[in-house]
Amino acid sequence: MRPRALGLILPLALIGGWDLICRAGWVGENLLPSPGRVASTIYQLAASGELWVHLSATGGRMAAGFALGVLAGTIAGALTGASSLLRAIIDPTIQGLRSVPSIAWVPLFILWLGIFELSKVMLIAVGVFFPVYLNLMLGIAHVDRKLIEVGRAHRLGRIELVRRVLLPAALPSYMTGLRSGLGLGWMFVVAAELMGASEGLGFLLVDGQQTGRPAIVIAAILLFALLGKLSDLGLAGIGRVVLAWQDTDRVTM
Amino acid sequence: MTGLLQIEGLVKQFGGPVPVLGPLHLTLHTGCVSAVIGKSGCGKSTLLRCLGGLEQPDAGLISFDGAPIRPDDVAIVFQEPRLMPWLTVAGNVAFGLGHVPRAQRQAQVAEVIDVVGLQDAAQKLPKQLSGGMAQRVALARALAVRPRLLLLDEPFSALDPLTRIAMQDHLLTVWRHYRPTIVFISHDMDEALALAEQIVVMDGPPGRIVAEFSPCLSYPRRRTGAEFQRWRDRLVGVLGG
Repeated sequence: MRPRALGLILPLALIGGWDLICRAGWVGENLLPSPGRVASTIYQLAASGELWVHLSATGGRMAAGFALGVLAGTIAGALTGASSLLRAIIDPTIQGLRSVPSIAWVPLFILWLGIFELSKVMLIAVGVFFPVYLNLMLGIAHVDRKLIEVGRAHRLGRIELVRRVLLPAALPSYMTGLRSGLGLGWMFVVAAELMGASEGLGFLLVDGQQTGRPAIVIAAILLFALLGKLSDLGLAGIGRVVLAWQDTDRVTM
Repeated sequence: MTGLLQIEGLVKQFGGPVPVLGPLHLTLHTGCVSAVIGKSGCGKSTLLRCLGGLEQPDAGLISFDGAPIRPDDVAIVFQEPRLMPWLTVAGNVAFGLGHVPRAQRQAQVAEVIDVVGLQDAAQKLPKQLSGGMAQRVALARALAVRPRLLLLDEPFSALDPLTRIAMQDHLLTVWRHYRPTIVFISHDMDEALALAEQIVVMDGPPGRIVAEFSPCLSYPRRRTGAEFQRWRDRLVGVLGG
């Protein structure tokens, strides 16, 4: 069997076990609705059009926050990676900020940016920023000295050296940063939507809890899992294409 | 003076008590193949790096055909191929030609790829190459910039003996084709004798020249010939003593 098919065994078994527990009546329907109930809840959400409202709200925030975080992380990472002077000036501060728990930013962002979209997007961007920044900086800083010397031997200028040697060589590390950033972005989108939203998957979570409908909560969790996995697969696919030159057989990429 | 690569009083110190180099004096003929041999740590690589502009000497003068070496004159082949893994063979060969117009660049790349015999591998990635092929790409990359001075730092030492001999033939082909001044470092006496018109022996630290030979052997040099063996014995005498 192909490895990809192997990866489906466990989730299917879990759903089967879950269904068994519900059918046997070991856990009350008011706590753990059956997979069928959750599926029909998702279907109803989709049929009423509500699902797309929530999905596009969450997806839109995520896309905007991810783009912003990647942009900032790439610029900061490239600068600090290529210049040890800039690294010495900037990096300690960023490392300090990195250790602030994400939720700690929430009150400040709400005060500064209001309770609407901007504060949510910024929170996601903060989450995405750090892994992108860190991986790109380290990726550039750890580029093989011997390759840099080839650039020097061919008398590349500073900018040319960054463009033609440092950035391509740091690309594997950068891709890792993008994928971790994406993962953190999904965490932060939930945090952002839990702090108050009128639409989005995070809103569904809160709404389901407050109205005592576990099927909605579980549906939202599953949709998060699906979106997270799909977006990561997309990024991994891009990685496979742009890193085809790598001499590895990493199956996780 | 024209026709000469002159090194006078070259000193390089890396902070330690003993200089790595010098003062070192050496005169080589331009347009020829010269070999620098000596044991590990005697400063051979540092000498080459000073010639290639990768290290700044602390003292001394280097003149090439009567003038300082211009950066555009030199190309270096390192011990490892040091190819950019994300570029194809052709892309790697073109690495030093960023400033050259596209059409001319492609022509130059195609020509050197031809000279080193890699026509069929031009679109391959470095990960698909054998060690010998990768080093031929490195040689082609150095040649592509049309250097007047080609420096090689133990370029074939990581290759198996058969590939090494093939690579030595490639280097001679290249030399006959372009006639650059070639200075290569080796710790292999047979390699030096097979290729070089001038062989200098270094010792150190501090690195200095302890002997010079000009083997009068015609190309192609048969490694099993009696004359070859006679020169070899003389070299062993110097290196052993």
